[in-house]
Amino acid sequence: MAFSQGHLLGLEGLSREEILYLIDTAASFKEISQRDIKKVPTLRGKTVVSLFYEASTRTRTSFEIAAKRLSADFVSIASSSSSAVKGETLLDTARNIQAMRPDCLVLRHAAAGAPHFLARRIDCPVVNAGDGAHEHPTQALLDLLTIRDRVGRLDDLTVAIVGDILHSRVTRSNVHALRALGARVRLVGPPTLLPPEAAAWWEVGHDLRAGIRGADVVMTLRIQRERQGRNYFPSLDEYARYFCLTRDALAEAKPGVVVLHPGPINRGIEIASDVADGADSLIMDQVTNGVAVRMAVLFLLVNRARASGEAESLAESAPLRRKAG
Amino acid sequence: MSSLLVRGGTVIDPASDRHGVLDVLVEGARIAALAEPGRLEAREVIDATGCWVVPGLIDMHVHLREPGYEYKETVATGVGAAVAGGFTAVACMANTNPVNDSGAVTEYILERAQAARLARVHPIGAVSVGLQGERLAEIGEMREAGIVAVSDDGRPVMDGSLMRRALEYSAMFGIPVIAHEEDCRLAGDGVMNEGPTSFRLGLKGAPAAAEEVMVARDIALLERSGGRLHIAHASTAGTVELVRQAKRRGLAVTAEAAPHHFTLDETAVGDYDTNAKMNPPLRSREDVAAIVAGLRDGAIDAIASDHAPHHRDEKEVEFEQAAHGIVGLETALALALRLVSGAGLPIETVIRAMSTAPARILGVPGGSLEVGAVADVTVIDPQHAWEVKPEAFRSKSRNTPFGGWRLTGAARATVVGGRVVWQSRVETVTPRKKRSSNR
Repeated sequence: MAFSQGHLLGLEGLSREEILYLIDTAASFKEISQRDIKKVPTLRGKTVVSLFYEASTRTRTSFEIAAKRLSADFVSIASSSSSAVKGETLLDTARNIQAMRPDCLVLRHAAAGAPHFLARRIDCPVVNAGDGAHEHPTQALLDLLTIRDRVGRLDDLTVAIVGDILHSRVTRSNVHALRALGARVRLVGPPTLLPPEAAAWWEVGHDLRAGIRGADVVMTLRIQRERQGRNYFPSLDEYARYFCLTRDALAEAKPGVVVLHPGPINRGIEIASDVADGADSLIMDQVTNGVAVRMAVLFLLVNRARASGEAESLAESAPLRRKAG
Repeated sequence: MSSLLVRGGTVIDPASDRHGVLDVLVEGARIAALAEPGRLEAREVIDATGCWVVPGLIDMHVHLREPGYEYKETVATGVGAAVAGGFTAVACMANTNPVNDSGAVTEYILERAQAARLARVHPIGAVSVGLQGERLAEIGEMREAGIVAVSDDGRPVMDGSLMRRALEYSAMFGIPVIAHEEDCRLAGDGVMNEGPTSFRLGLKGAPAAAEEVMVARDIALLERSGGRLHIAHASTAGTVELVRQAKRRGLAVTAEAAPHHFTLDETAVGDYDTNAKMNPPLRSREDVAAIVAGLRDGAIDAIASDHAPHHRDEKEVEFEQAAHGIVGLETALALALRLVSGAGLPIETVIRAMSTAPARILGVPGGSLEVGAVADVTVIDPQHAWEVKPEAFRSKSRNTPFGGWRLTGAARATVVGGRVVWQSRVETVTPRKKRSSNR
């Protein structure tokens, strides 16, 4: 089957087949990054524009490397240098970028739904590189690829996600994908960061050890330091006391457990250094796979846009976030 | 004296418990007679056959945006939308620029309304100077200029002591304090209802409790303060229950609900539709059911649209940044009639909530078709099926989540003070003389 989406705004609503197709495509691109000359002509003559309204070295760089390894031209607009600081609206920015005829737009924005807003108003594929607390689909895809590389499967997994569930776009994307793949997910964190609605999605708990007991995968989330002042928890120290993933706590998980973290990590707060740097940690593999996943996403979206022809209207391509029917 | 006969319609008047086919004769600005069909005559005739003839609808909660935000709406365009929607009167909130916190602004609004000569406009004054929530505005001066209530709507009166004084002081003038109930700290940066949908969309949520704690506070204040409390745009099951209990205790509390709050739930936000963003936000399905139940049993007295026009530029932005509110004057009636066809509410209940109750709460003319009452009459065609086309609104703004909806029921004619101020072009029999002119 082929990937039929016009944009990648989120993983919610994607089928198991679509998710696996994305991951398989990413796996096939990994080899390129291991070559001496890490470049293929696949997207030569195509222009990928990245528009980052939030600081992110890692994700932006990953998209840039991915685009360049596919021979696309990559133009990066950071918020500090963009018109945003001059008061231009997202709509006007979108129109201006549109007028330059890019082949793909990668958007990072602090407002949930900003990529949906753009996708309705721009006639090239839009990739969500993280929108507020909503979704971060390429991060979840690279998590899945990383898990499959090491564990050997995506079926029948027990995955514990630990930390600030409330504000985590990584969690939302992972939860949607893992649900499509039939995994068991446990969400673990303090009640302030784990609203009752989360329980409607998955098993939830407030005890780290119980939450990761028997897990195949433990994913810890970055704690934003600014949450400290908002009374979600009294202090980083106290957060770490209950939720820092230590070697000792990790012993509760299944033998062969793997540890993921979307980065950047706060050592000694959500993850102990010996766990982050230990043999179970796949954090660096995640970064490597991030490039392959983004190559796959750019390749599939830009190629689909090309295959479907110039004539395809904006109206037709815009609502394709979910599969028809 | 001019005369107008509304002929052959079914009169539904909750004030007099009338429900039957009657001709209504208007002489000058007053209802002159009601009689079996065929007995009365007048120079001007509205054929209301197959229609409902009801006391003029009153929307007790609108934002007309003038002075200060004329790019969103003016008094003239607002009352144009009102009469097209079947409203003979509207009460407009004080959050203009300058704020309606003085007699001069009140008078200005009334002058604009008089120039438009369409619906009656009843200004609502601010509780606090500049809506700042600190010092009481000069309520007496505004009352003398024509306000019918006070409200800081758009924002809550966070200071409980100020609210207490507002209730006490306004009692001297017999006017209600209309409360926008929201604990700002609890609502935080919430941009929609806190619940499964906000969690899924990654949007910050405002919990129902942010509204309910303030309703509970104000009811507690009312126990001692005297005065009258009116809860604006009740949106949660908890609010409905608090008001219901307070009424049982005999407290002078009333409440209104907006059509969007009994029609849509939080899932209408969909993929970040900024036209589904308002304050209070669309709530859960259970809350919607509770609002309907409240309208049914009288816990909620009135239906008010919270007509909140905004320019396209204020809605075509990221969801978090989008302005709160939707226009409502031209969809309120048909949405309210869905309560009759869908939820099985008696039509009298809906007409009472849209006319008799607001007239009584605000102490304004209208709300009745008794002989001698002001001749504010709405003729409703209950069968008329139509599609909501925002581009065809009389309002200056188009921000509605109901675009494309197919609704049934519309105003066929709107009569204010005996003067036909609006008639739908298609279905109405054109009277021989188009308009009486001596008023």
